[in-house]
Amino acid sequence: MSQPISFFSGFQPSDLLFLAEAAWRTLLISGLAISIGTFFGIIFGWLLYEGRIWASLTLAPVLDIFRSVPLIIQLVLFYNFAPILGLNLDPFASGVVILAIYTAALVANVARGGIEAVGQPMRRAARSLGMSYWQDLRYVALPIGGRAVFPAWVGVALGVMKDSALVSVLGYVELLKASQILITRTQEPFLILSIAGAFYFALSYPISRYAARLEQRWAHA
Amino acid sequence: MIEIRGLQKYFGALHVLKGIDLDVEKGEVLSVIGASGSGKSTLLYCINGLEEIQGGQVEVDGQNVHAKGADLNKLRQKLGMVFQQWNSFPHLTVQENVALAPRIVRGLDRKAADEIAERQLAHVGLGDKLRVYPGALSGGQQQRLAIARALAMEPDYMLFDEATSALDPELVGEVLETMRMLAEEGMTMICVTHEMGFARDVSDRVAFFHQGVMEEIGPPSQIFGEAQSPHTRGFLANVR
Repeated sequence: MSQPISFFSGFQPSDLLFLAEAAWRTLLISGLAISIGTFFGIIFGWLLYEGRIWASLTLAPVLDIFRSVPLIIQLVLFYNFAPILGLNLDPFASGVVILAIYTAALVANVARGGIEAVGQPMRRAARSLGMSYWQDLRYVALPIGGRAVFPAWVGVALGVMKDSALVSVLGYVELLKASQILITRTQEPFLILSIAGAFYFALSYPISRYAARLEQRWAHA
Repeated sequence: MIEIRGLQKYFGALHVLKGIDLDVEKGEVLSVIGASGSGKSTLLYCINGLEEIQGGQVEVDGQNVHAKGADLNKLRQKLGMVFQQWNSFPHLTVQENVALAPRIVRGLDRKAADEIAERQLAHVGLGDKLRVYPGALSGGQQQRLAIARALAMEPDYMLFDEATSALDPELVGEVLETMRMLAEEGMTMICVTHEMGFARDVSDRVAFFHQGVMEEIGPPSQIFGEAQSPHTRGFLANVR
């Protein structure tokens, strides 16, 4: 009548659904972190470009720390020390916070490079038409600079999405964590990791294809 | 009218303009000639407030450009400027390039701004390029686009900073032709230029700059015929 009890059981179709849900969580956490991180990254990049003395003295070193310390260390430190500061964040929220800061640190330099790429003559041409500093920034510098560094930003975004796998160390069941769970149960690492890899690819590929299409449209050849 | 009095400009220790006095009347076309580094381009930047000055003053229609609290964004709408590098906005179509400033600076609605752009582009002979991106235009066409973009703000003055210097020789003519057309329409123009033919034929007066000083100013017949300053004569002998 009853199935023999075993610690292991083979890969089942329903496991695919489990992985798909986990892939959705990967998409969710990275999408959120990339959006928030990009928003702040652009502001930080602008501050660095403007070169206010306090920005280069305070912001730049802080961003350097977040860029240089391995993400996994940041995640574990933040997750374990945040409660001491009275922040009780679950693994998901902790992951979003750290990934977003990490993204912002990377995007800041990309954004600064973008504004630099526009160049003083173009900015002056805009100002000579009577545009204010902010109009120049909004309608000329950011659109032109943004297009110049868009490929670099896509690289950051795809990198952060893959790096979101590290949030698994906090117990958040995203794609990598889900794969580890299934591997433990099925003892079929090759199969499971292949499927997980395929999911990561399925998440990244449309983004890079869409980015390539956008770049083509901007080329105006 | 543009009135410049005792204008002093330094870049760090470099003394670029050494006390310039100059009046430009409404409707006048003034060409500014001189060797590279003589300060003529800097003069234009000081007139529309893109560069700060260290002494003297510049007034446009009685308004002090470098006064504290001067509304430069408003003032620059009166002073169209065309640069050596045309600086087309690459992410916008030709029409959008011209319509952008009328829309966001003058606050016109999209339709009105597009109409102005169409009219100005037709004026400079680019009426068939509205939907094209600047990247597909030649240098001469991009420079005419830059002229249309400045004209779209309906300025009272036009400042040309070596508008043809970066162009291939065969493209210079079309831009000079456009500038000549503007002059004939009565636009007040200050043209920093290396085109002696243009300076002689189109301008009412020609100013010769030498090492930050305005050595000589007068009608083209004087400057090109009987220049007083040996520097002017030397310069003209070399460019011919």
